[in-house]
Amino acid sequence: MTNVWAIAYKELRSYFVSPVAYVILAGFLLLCGWFFWVYLTQFSRTVAMYAQFQQPQMVEQMNLNDMVMSPLLQNMVIIFLIMVPLITMRLFAEERANGTDELLLTSPIETIEIALGKFLGAGLFYVVMLACTLIYPGILLYFGDPEIGTIVTGYLGLLLVGLSFIALGLFTSTLTDNQIVAAVSAFVVLLLFFAIGWPSATVGPTAGAILGYLSLIEHFQPMTSGLVVSSDIIYFLSVIAFALFLSQRSLESLRWR
Amino acid sequence: MVEVDCLTKYYGGFAAIQDVTFSAARGQVLGFLGPNGAGKTTTMRILTGYMPASSGTARVAGHDVFEESREVRRRTGYLPETPPVYGDMTPRSYLDFVSRIKGVAKPDRPEAIERALSATQTHDVATQPIGTLSRGYKQRVAIAQALVHNPEVLILDEPTIGLDPKQIIEIRKLIRVLAEDRTVILSTHILPEVTQVCDKVVIIAEGRIVAEEDLATLGDTEELESFFLKVTAHDAAPREEASEGEEAAMDDTAEGAESLAEDTAEDAPGGEDPVGNAEEEATP
Repeated sequence: MTNVWAIAYKELRSYFVSPVAYVILAGFLLLCGWFFWVYLTQFSRTVAMYAQFQQPQMVEQMNLNDMVMSPLLQNMVIIFLIMVPLITMRLFAEERANGTDELLLTSPIETIEIALGKFLGAGLFYVVMLACTLIYPGILLYFGDPEIGTIVTGYLGLLLVGLSFIALGLFTSTLTDNQIVAAVSAFVVLLLFFAIGWPSATVGPTAGAILGYLSLIEHFQPMTSGLVVSSDIIYFLSVIAFALFLSQRSLESLRWR
Repeated sequence: MVEVDCLTKYYGGFAAIQDVTFSAARGQVLGFLGPNGAGKTTTMRILTGYMPASSGTARVAGHDVFEESREVRRRTGYLPETPPVYGDMTPRSYLDFVSRIKGVAKPDRPEAIERALSATQTHDVATQPIGTLSRGYKQRVAIAQALVHNPEVLILDEPTIGLDPKQIIEIRKLIRVLAEDRTVILSTHILPEVTQVCDKVVIIAEGRIVAEEDLATLGDTEELESFFLKVTAHDAAPREEASEGEEAAMDDTAEGAESLAEDTAEDAPGGEDPVGNAEEEATP
């Protein structure tokens, strides 16, 4: 475990000593802030409109969770879909390009420790990104009264989605010494997992059920509305475990090339 | 300490090394001599547990490199051909990271890092990002990395490459000191380096060991040179049916060795070159 932490710390550190972490964080928060403001102003305009037309039953039906937090979290998934490949592309491709993989692979550590350390390092950076967005539900809680439980499950879903993205991105980064190749293949894989459930209504019941089950977004959406089902959590954990397993195999295969 | 027996490594159908056999004892510096592409790096990568051999066995510090790879890696310090350094780290933070993954216990780490820094004289740059350092400093930080966990066996792939003459002298001295209670295997294509630091020389050409000699029996650089030319020429003879590409490679080898011989001949009247830098400049 000390080896895993040593590598995780090294990864996290290298994000923050270069401009990478700050550019990603600033861009990410700018976009999140924009989406938050858009949904919030839409919400307050609708409330004002219904109030003006004297329809209190409509006003009562509206809530901050459904109209602000849920769409905000879903947009954050889209942002992560594009940004996570940029976070994960260097994880192993850079080591291979610099020849530092030789140091890691001749140290008395196992390849699974390398994979876990890298995953943890990028995962912690992702947690920092998520933590910065807590200001938006904070604002809602201060000025309004959204349901806290739904916000918590939404963030749990977002955490699981992001960690799955990172594990898949780590895997594509072990396949190449070219960071662009790693980023593009990660993006393709993530987008595929994102959209794989779209034809589930048209391809027949069995294939549709399979594609629907594989879709990341179908397991995430219930969480943004407060619904935590164990099968969804198991889905994300198995995606993460499978991608980490593939990464470990891929690192091990470097020895046989 | 290091026993290599019939190691063979294929990359696809190409045999990078074939039936490589040699051994080195504690307290010995073994020079692994051969032209570029002869299989030095491949052999070293197998010995450090970076990759397995296709066949044959190797024992390092009493452990099999394949069966007990992790034990071998714990006891081996390795300097790869390209310095495996992270440009955004300082030498101190880099050595801290390396000492962690090499399994140095937490209370011993500060001392181990200081020892590695002073052995390689990198103290004065210890807080600068490695990316901003000169080639010589990078190389020395990489050597410090190989020493930090106080390994029993040191495997150094061209340790003096990129260093200036003064640093070369210092690193050679350091290698001699380190070898007192360790085994050092260093690869080089510089003949004088072998006579100056090594106790034993293993000459490899085209993936095969063509000679394994104690330097006490060979004497000075000039004798080693004529010996080197003799064994590599002897190796070329039975390979006449080899493909054109291989023959071209053999020609290069012979030419390289000849130019080395000429260089020393030029130096001879002006006295002995203390470090053999002239040869290094001439080496392609």
